[in-house]
Amino acid sequence: MSPKTNGAVAEAPLESVVIRFCGDSGDGMQLAGDQFTNTSALFGNDVATFPDFPAEIRAPRGTTYGVSAFQLQFSSNDIFTPGDTINAMVAMNPAGFKVNIDSVEDGGIVIVNSDEFDKGSLEKCGYEAGYNPLEDDAVSRKYKVFKVPMSRLTRESLAESSMGAKDIDRCRNMFALGISYWLYERPLEATIEHINTYYGVKKKRPEVAEANVKALKAGYFFGETAELFPSRYTVAPAKLEPGTYRRISGNEATAMGLVTAASKAGKKLFYGSYPITPASDILHTLAHLEHMNVLTFQAEDEIAAICSAIGAAFAGDIAATGTSGPGLALKSEALGLAVIYELPLVVVDVQRAGPSTGMPTKTEQADLLQAMFGRHGECPCIILAASSPADCYERAIEAVRLAVRHMCPVILLTDGSVANGAEPWKLPNIADIPAIKIEHPVHAGMAGEKFEPYVREPKTLARPWALPGTKGLEHRLGGLEKQMRTGAVSYDPDNHHEMIQLRANKVEKAADTIPPLTVRGNSSGDTLVLGWGGTYGTITSAGDKLRAMGRDVSTAHLHHLNPFPSNLGEVLGSFKRVIIPEINSGQLRMLIRAKYLVDVIGFNDVNGRGFFIDDLAERIVAVMDH
Amino acid sequence: MNSNGTTTIELPTYKASDFASDQDVRWCPGCGDYAVLTGIRKALAKMPNKKEDYVFVSGIGCAARFPYYMETYGLHSIHGRSLAVATGVKMANPDLQVCIVSGDGDLLSIGGNHTLHALRRNIDLTIVLLNNEIYGLTKGQASPTSEVGKVTKSTPLGSVDQPINPLAFALASGATFVARSVDVDLKNFDVVYKRAMEHKGAALIEVYQDCNIFNHAIWFYASQKDTKADTTIVLEHGKPMVFGKDKDKGLRMIGSGFEVVELGGTYTEDDLWVHDETDRRVAFMLCQLEHPDFPEPLGVLYADTAKASHGMRIHQQLESELARPDAGDLQAMINGRSTWEIHG
Repeated sequence: MSPKTNGAVAEAPLESVVIRFCGDSGDGMQLAGDQFTNTSALFGNDVATFPDFPAEIRAPRGTTYGVSAFQLQFSSNDIFTPGDTINAMVAMNPAGFKVNIDSVEDGGIVIVNSDEFDKGSLEKCGYEAGYNPLEDDAVSRKYKVFKVPMSRLTRESLAESSMGAKDIDRCRNMFALGISYWLYERPLEATIEHINTYYGVKKKRPEVAEANVKALKAGYFFGETAELFPSRYTVAPAKLEPGTYRRISGNEATAMGLVTAASKAGKKLFYGSYPITPASDILHTLAHLEHMNVLTFQAEDEIAAICSAIGAAFAGDIAATGTSGPGLALKSEALGLAVIYELPLVVVDVQRAGPSTGMPTKTEQADLLQAMFGRHGECPCIILAASSPADCYERAIEAVRLAVRHMCPVILLTDGSVANGAEPWKLPNIADIPAIKIEHPVHAGMAGEKFEPYVREPKTLARPWALPGTKGLEHRLGGLEKQMRTGAVSYDPDNHHEMIQLRANKVEKAADTIPPLTVRGNSSGDTLVLGWGGTYGTITSAGDKLRAMGRDVSTAHLHHLNPFPSNLGEVLGSFKRVIIPEINSGQLRMLIRAKYLVDVIGFNDVNGRGFFIDDLAERIVAVMDH
Repeated sequence: MNSNGTTTIELPTYKASDFASDQDVRWCPGCGDYAVLTGIRKALAKMPNKKEDYVFVSGIGCAARFPYYMETYGLHSIHGRSLAVATGVKMANPDLQVCIVSGDGDLLSIGGNHTLHALRRNIDLTIVLLNNEIYGLTKGQASPTSEVGKVTKSTPLGSVDQPINPLAFALASGATFVARSVDVDLKNFDVVYKRAMEHKGAALIEVYQDCNIFNHAIWFYASQKDTKADTTIVLEHGKPMVFGKDKDKGLRMIGSGFEVVELGGTYTEDDLWVHDETDRRVAFMLCQLEHPDFPEPLGVLYADTAKASHGMRIHQQLESELARPDAGDLQAMINGRSTWEIHG
């Protein structure tokens, strides 16, 4: 330990820190968290984030249900999750404190805006009259609580500002961020640059930019000069693979994956969508990318969104639509139409907690069976699932590739945590991404032959994608069952049976190009923990931890839910025991049991949040030792 | 290319039969849809577009079988969604001529929302709404245009619902072209359909169509030779509103409404209202004139050719974005605003 400024002692470098900013919905916690993430990423840490906010835009001030939080983990190691228990919490009001304090580790740092802990605010968030947790010995024994009058200090630091009192109070989040930057020895430059660009240049409000920078610095200098914090902490840069990195959220990655795929196919991207939490950011991102040959269409409803995409696919665009669970339900009839049309289409479902409106801003993995079976008749789709924010990019490209290869819809499942979470992304070299080859027929075939839109390519079972505007290939597609070559309406019993099988076989054919499932740890042994989608980080971390403790645990993660990778049966058969943790009541487990007759054990937490690494590891051990 | 630097494109000449697909037409014998099918095939044969550039789109219902019978590109979609599908087709490829043919139930009930939005966006589509005031394919239930008191399988005591006026709905939704025709009146349909197809924006034609099985003869007043001259009025832009077998009646504006007057006595043609198809306010009044109190207007009630279509606006935006120096640069896109280097 070496002495630091004003008596604060530099502690030995920490491996990882989980910090959570919380306060009212209007307190700017998402912005503060975002900036801490950027700064840490630029510093070279690995980061993973978890924005946690209510569906209400501005719930009544000071209430527990109006609390907005942003959690991030920054680390000198390769990390996969935003972390379980919180090492440091910044609480801007009693409600934020009340909602989050139980997640803070024993001995954890708690920095509060003490100005907000008045009688009214304390009662508003449900504390008993006369109780103030900041005066509770039990609280101060358990945590390192730092009471900072942030409201007053922000006001004082901006005394000379021309802004009104309300605008000045809005700068409190920057004051809090400044304190946390000091505490973890983060540089201020990136945030100052952001503030100046955003408020100063883009919003043309230099006085707001100036005030925010001042508040940020005031917070930082407060940490330095006030003899409040006994220690400062550092987290060294991570040893990430060399390369160029950026920070990416799942929804941004999905959007850019779709654009990349369309570009690699030499086509325009059409994205028809209707606003829905938590998928809207895909639409927002794409709406800014028109210069990449993208047309976005904010449709009048979910059904119009998918139908417009189907029309665009018919006319030759790379077509996609995005939604969340309730929207997928509305799209199901049209999805059936895309299946029988046999047109390429990508449907992104950013899963959220259901049923019905459920908990729109909370995550869940409960749409797997909807994606598999949620249409009438036998109506199979290819289903992919993204495992992390950056993985959304790869999966979106793969979804387009499979859709055009097999001429069928592909459902890409992401979820609220993946979509809104962010992590460093090692940028791919665009030149290394292979082209997506599409050949549209330009004539009917042999001279004089009539064009038959449902004659198939035997390897992929894809039918030809003939575009309107092509002379001689005029044809009609419809929702009525088709004769298997001509596409004409057919009620023939054998033809229907065969078409049902053809559409199913076509989906199965996708397995030919799906990479085999890889196992982390031993390729056979006692226990396999199998996951899919957004639980990748937690499962992988728990598995790594248990192996480091000498336990015979392997992990594997599915990105392909329909069809499964062709070696899945073999992998399942190589272990004595298979556990599937899912944020649902056992949907993948049901599919695996049905297909492979393996009696999988399920861990099923449907809590809108997901698993914690330590808890998952303990439960795995409990099963193994049972 | 010729000497003055322009290219002359030779357009193929078509016969109406070139637009007939190899599918047997399966409507009930005597159905009004046959006349519309004939009318559209004939009209297309005379229009200066290539056959491969047409896309016919429909929803579900008897009328919605239409695309199967056209030797063009076509999509028979799902119930109510034809306009959403057609919007995607047109946005993806603005060079295509997209025409929707569907029924009153499809376009005004289950698909009412899409009709509203396609019209208010002014998407360059032609919508042929075959109105027979009944659900035919499902065998005779009340439709959103069925009159109050209508006895059907689903309303044995008479329908209590107020019907939708399709043209008033279209105008209120912001349609820039609104017209009406009668199934068997091929002459008027030909004029109206060609105008609608040429119109750069959302065009809606209501066709009085006879369902001779479940709602037979409801339009006979407007379609039969002996009555139609007195029960309908064929509008012509810039012409006074004369009607009647002997051209002896007319519509004049009195106060804020129309009045039927006899010509030859007190009134002459100079007293009649002159049709101005750019007058949206009057178009609203016209579409609400109903038999037997008034002659029902046929032809083009309203046409606004000045309003830019959705496609024009969208593709202007797209073109200007595609002219940016960073257009199409995938690497720049994924790099975004800030990156950092990790060195080995």
